Amino acid sequence: MRAFVKWGVAALAAMTAGLGAGAAPAAEPVKIGAFLSVTGPASFLGEPEKKTLEMYVGRLNKEGGVEGRKIELVIYDDAGAPDKAATFAKRLIQNDGVDLIIGGTTTGTSMAAIKVIEPAAVPFISLAGGIDIVEPVKKWVFKTPHTDRMAAEKVFADMKKRGITKVAMISEDAGFGKSGHDQSLKVAPLYGIEIVADEVYSPKDPDVTAQLTKIKNTPGVQAVFNFGFGQGPAIVTKNFKQIGMSVPFYQSHGVASKKYIELSGDASEGVRLPAAGLVVAEQLPATDPQKPVVTAFKKDYETAFKSEVSTFAGHAYDGLQMALAAIKRAGSTDKAKVRDEIEKTSGYVGTGGLVSMSPTDHMGLSHAAFHMVEIRKGDWLLSD
Amino acid sequence: MFAEFLQYILAGLTSGAIYALAGLGFAIIYNASHVINFAQGEFIMIGGMATSTLVAAGVPLPLAAVLAVLVTMAVGMALEKFAVEPARGAEVVTIIIITIGASIFLRGAAQIIWDKEFHSLPAFSGETPILVLGATLMPQSVWVVAVAMVIIAALWWFFNRTLFGKAMLAVSFNREAAQLMGIGVKKVLLVSFALSALLGAAGGIVMTPITFTNYEAGIMLGLKGFSAAVLGGLGNGMGAIVGGLTVGIAEALAAGYLSSAYKDAIAFVIILFVLFFMPSGLFGKKGTDRV
Amino acid sequence: MNTALRTPRVAGLGALALVLALAPLSFPNAYFYDVAVNALFNAIVCVGLNLLIGYGGQISLGHAGFFALGAYGSAILTTRFGLPPLAAMLASAAAVGLLAFAVGRPILRLKGHYLAMATLGIGIIIHIVLKTESWLTGGPDGMGVDPFRVAGLEVAGDRMWYWVAAALLLLAVWVALNLIDSPLGRALRAVHGSETGAEVVGVDTGRYKMLVFVVSAVFASLVGSLFAHKNGFITPDIGSFFRSIELVTMVVLGGMASTFGAVLGAFILTLLPQLLAAFEDYEAMVLGAIMMGTMIFMPKGLLPSLALLLARRKGGEARP
Repeated sequence: MRAFVKWGVAALAAMTAGLGAGAAPAAEPVKIGAFLSVTGPASFLGEPEKKTLEMYVGRLNKEGGVEGRKIELVIYDDAGAPDKAATFAKRLIQNDGVDLIIGGTTTGTSMAAIKVIEPAAVPFISLAGGIDIVEPVKKWVFKTPHTDRMAAEKVFADMKKRGITKVAMISEDAGFGKSGHDQSLKVAPLYGIEIVADEVYSPKDPDVTAQLTKIKNTPGVQAVFNFGFGQGPAIVTKNFKQIGMSVPFYQSHGVASKKYIELSGDASEGVRLPAAGLVVAEQLPATDPQKPVVTAFKKDYETAFKSEVSTFAGHAYDGLQMALAAIKRAGSTDKAKVRDEIEKTSGYVGTGGLVSMSPTDHMGLSHAAFHMVEIRKGDWLLSD
Repeated sequence: MFAEFLQYILAGLTSGAIYALAGLGFAIIYNASHVINFAQGEFIMIGGMATSTLVAAGVPLPLAAVLAVLVTMAVGMALEKFAVEPARGAEVVTIIIITIGASIFLRGAAQIIWDKEFHSLPAFSGETPILVLGATLMPQSVWVVAVAMVIIAALWWFFNRTLFGKAMLAVSFNREAAQLMGIGVKKVLLVSFALSALLGAAGGIVMTPITFTNYEAGIMLGLKGFSAAVLGGLGNGMGAIVGGLTVGIAEALAAGYLSSAYKDAIAFVIILFVLFFMPSGLFGKKGTDRV
Repeated sequence: MNTALRTPRVAGLGALALVLALAPLSFPNAYFYDVAVNALFNAIVCVGLNLLIGYGGQISLGHAGFFALGAYGSAILTTRFGLPPLAAMLASAAAVGLLAFAVGRPILRLKGHYLAMATLGIGIIIHIVLKTESWLTGGPDGMGVDPFRVAGLEVAGDRMWYWVAAALLLLAVWVALNLIDSPLGRALRAVHGSETGAEVVGVDTGRYKMLVFVVSAVFASLVGSLFAHKNGFITPDIGSFFRSIELVTMVVLGGMASTFGAVLGAFILTLLPQLLAAFEDYEAMVLGAIMMGTMIFMPKGLLPSLALLLARRKGGEARP
């Protein structure tokens, strides 16, 4: 039993030493905390977000930081687990004393962390899509990506334009797909669209032809809409072609990366989806105010990491830029002032679109933020 | 109507063959050591990841596949040598935790050596679906089923026709007696890990064009493989195949006729139901409990 | 016999109480309390699970499912049906106990890996139901839970939760130690040694296995309820099979058939990810290596191995 006691003392001492180290250097830096799903099922969202934050903070520090102060970035990996996210949020606030928090790769991790962040009164910019994050409005919580409802609305508007009224849904049973599915069902009637089939798959299913066959045999289906991210939609796309379906096929913004086209190959030809301007940077008309921003970001990211930029990296970029702009306008890192300034963000041109927040809108994106794109010959084609 | 049913069966066959390949690896190691190797899914992942990176780097597919298999076998043997072997004689659950630790370690290593992206391989014989009485099947699914069958045949030959294979079986029946007969238990264990790594890698390579792979792909495959192996009866190769196909087809039929949201749950209900009536799986030997 | 057994038990409880009482002195801020509360919660579940694994010799890879049922039971009964938290917690625990009893009858006849498979299956089915029935559970994105209020008093803040959880851990350990030292406990140890052997000498192993299975499920459910109220937000992932495996790992790493070992294992594996966060990309490799290394060099788990070491150093006079 003595060993146990000794261990306890030693472990706690080690913890205190390990965690307490690195406190307050001479020139008070701006401390930005982030908790991201760098590993786990959402890792291909969290990983580019982390890389983006590190790259820009590194660059800004070389240029002298913000307001003459260096930026200190503390990032934790919550592995996609909401309770870990809550603990890390607490760690950022209580232990690391950050001035502002960016993060929450997924809606689940963001919502869990909000329970910690909101009462602690720290400005928080989430990088997740779920509408619950900013609706109802929470005083300290903001978000950068479009909501899944906006994606669904964009898709249904496109369908309506093409005279489609009967739609089959197939969605992933994890957070992103499930939430997108629920929002889709909610907004479909507003566009005169009837969901005639509703199927589900797990993100790691090797084959979804069973679900698609069921959809194929449902009478009257005029289009199929898939909500999901990762490898699932690529498998759905391949199986869609395999069983010889020919109705228009829509995907969500969750697949807006070249990886999706690469994985699904020829089968992705003709697939339509809503995507942020970043994806079609070169094709945007020169008059588009987003063009210079997205082109520059794309170039920065792709030269630094030799891999294709994704919209998720863009969410992190937007979050960081809005945060820093707010800190500059506030002239300090006073949390209340920074919060007020983030809320006053107006006309910010980001990778996701034009952002104008207000006390009733903590996201500030309009539908214009989404473009409809179609996959043609293995590349995106702007089609609205 | 029939075409629909057939399509469900073919969908189940594709998933089922993949689960079966994963399950076979569990069966081999269990046979030789009564150890459940929870890092089996990682063997599959390493096979797929290594091949797709090599192919992307310009290595021809057959050579890349051979290299990937060799790498995976080396990993399997290292796992046995440095982690399982030193803990021989420990309780079963201790060794389970060691293999779970190994799977976490290998996933961690894979995310550093490679990345977190999904990787794929071109299908071996094109992507034109094969029409079967109104239903369709991808040629790559045929590859998966064929490889599973070749492996089963090769294993049967190995365990029944070669001296070493028979020795391995002997060890699985009675370790002490086998040792007395001069069969090196250590060597048998090492070979069983090499063999199941080989199997896992081969499976990982043929399934990657269908399922894609990334550093975490082994988790699901390990889970389904374990289910397949237990349903079939632990230590029985044929059982693992039947178990895998049963799970795959049950999932597809459930998705087609009942509810796609509950298809995985339905597959588990079937497994539970089978176990209630056949406590040693479909083909498992009824164990005699040692006092 | 009786005093020989009781002395280390009282000493152990006393030492644990002392550690729990003194630990907060080294906590510089609320975050440390938060981690400690999570560690205590895990420890309570592990003390229950250890009865099943360590003493009953049965593997369960589905206990996170019971934990999640407790959490969702409390969340749903309080937010959607307006039940007071304490009543919701007890009702959930009773329901989970009944469920464990119902499924326990057929599955506890299974042995070894087959039992592991069956419990794994039950855990996964629970997880899928929680994920799918979003009208009730909020789906994969989770649902909010109100704070724990009892008799007009709200358990709020990490400090308060720490003392509540610490007291409950001591209670759980006390219950477990008494169970182990009862006639039942001796029967259990017989079961772990050899089921057939135990039956031969007239021990009704089935009943005992069932009892520990139900008790461990109820422990998990109760902690699940508290966890839900404390965190204020839950998602179905708290019932995923990773969590089940994590719980088993805590028990085995700390030391099977050692109640304090289970507590130690839970503490270490809860703290470890916090400490390893500094390794960033290498975190998973380090965690895997630690798990393998511990089990290779201390196959009986940390606490029993350390006790053995200590006994040897003392010249072999003390028994572990």
